[in-house]
Amino acid sequence: MAAAQAGDQRAYTRVLNDSVALIRAVARRQGVAYDALDDVVQETLLTVHRVRHTFDPSRSYDAWLSAIAARRAIDILRSHGRREHREVHDEQAYDMHADRDDASAGAEREQDAQRLRKAIETLPPGQREAVEQLGLKEQTLAEAAERTGRNTGALKVNLHRALKTLRDRLHGES
Amino acid sequence: MSDPARHEALIDALGAELTPVRRLLPPWRRALGWLVVVAVIAAVLFARYGAGTMLHRWAAAPDLGTAAVGAVITAITGAIASFVLAVPGRATAWAWLPVPSALLWIGASGLGCLRAHIPGMPVMDLHGANHCLIFIIGFSVPLSGLMIWLLRRACPLRPVLTAVMVGLASAAASASLLEICHNFDATASDLLMHALAVALVIMTNAAMGGRLLSRA
Repeated sequence: MAAAQAGDQRAYTRVLNDSVALIRAVARRQGVAYDALDDVVQETLLTVHRVRHTFDPSRSYDAWLSAIAARRAIDILRSHGRREHREVHDEQAYDMHADRDDASAGAEREQDAQRLRKAIETLPPGQREAVEQLGLKEQTLAEAAERTGRNTGALKVNLHRALKTLRDRLHGES
Repeated sequence: MSDPARHEALIDALGAELTPVRRLLPPWRRALGWLVVVAVIAAVLFARYGAGTMLHRWAAAPDLGTAAVGAVITAITGAIASFVLAVPGRATAWAWLPVPSALLWIGASGLGCLRAHIPGMPVMDLHGANHCLIFIIGFSVPLSGLMIWLLRRACPLRPVLTAVMVGLASAAASASLLEICHNFDATASDLLMHALAVALVIMTNAAMGGRLLSRA
């Protein structure tokens, strides 16, 4: 590590590679789960890189590394603890969740569309015209006005009334 | 599951961006740097107030002198403990280093309340005691700030414990500086203010300094 502090890349990669086993051992001793050991190794290596100037070559490298690894292990344990605390485990939720595209959902959508079509047919002629031109054919107000011979204000009022009627009817049914 | 490839990739990346670093000075040298700043402030206060009043108080009431010596030693040992604790791999037991001198400082100050007053020296009222509070906090803030700034270059793995040491050292240093220009006999209210100031400084450091140091 002393050579690495002076900028020796080969010594640095060698000492880091040799450190992995000790970091894992320290993390296991702290009680880190097996599948989280690699996270501790990565975090410790990053910290070692950031604070490599704090190593004193006259003292033990293993003690220095172990202290950093133990700290990062505790951090990982805490963050996992927090995540588990926040997330709710419900094993049945996946099975219970309705699929969006199954056969019954398709049939229900078809029924909804039919009900909507019927409701539109029973609207007064002016309102039906507004819904068909503006809502279904997606024409602009000007185009719809030209086609129906009504002014845009009347179309807007008719559309507004039609939507209110449809909303009342469909909600009243369900 | 072990993932050697992921570690190797990271190690290669870290190796590629390796630059030579300047090694951290030994903790005692870094502590000395901070103590020099305190000593400079003390020299300025001595130049302004002289040592006469302080020595007169100590001669008349040796417990005040003992308390002051305790405070000075606590500032020194607290600073050393802070800088040692900020280096990874050093024993937590270093936190005990300033404890005996802190006990001496607090114990001798407390005893000051029990003895007779120094003849001819004014007794402090609550208004004056407030000045002590402001003095201790006023000096502790920059001294703590300086030490935290110095410690951030190291790697305090126990940030809150380190910050408590910073608070103790700063408060002790401020109380020592106050001793130079403290032209009053000790009273219970005065000592209470000192204790309150020291407690405030330590708690503030533990709360804020810990957070500042944990990012280091």
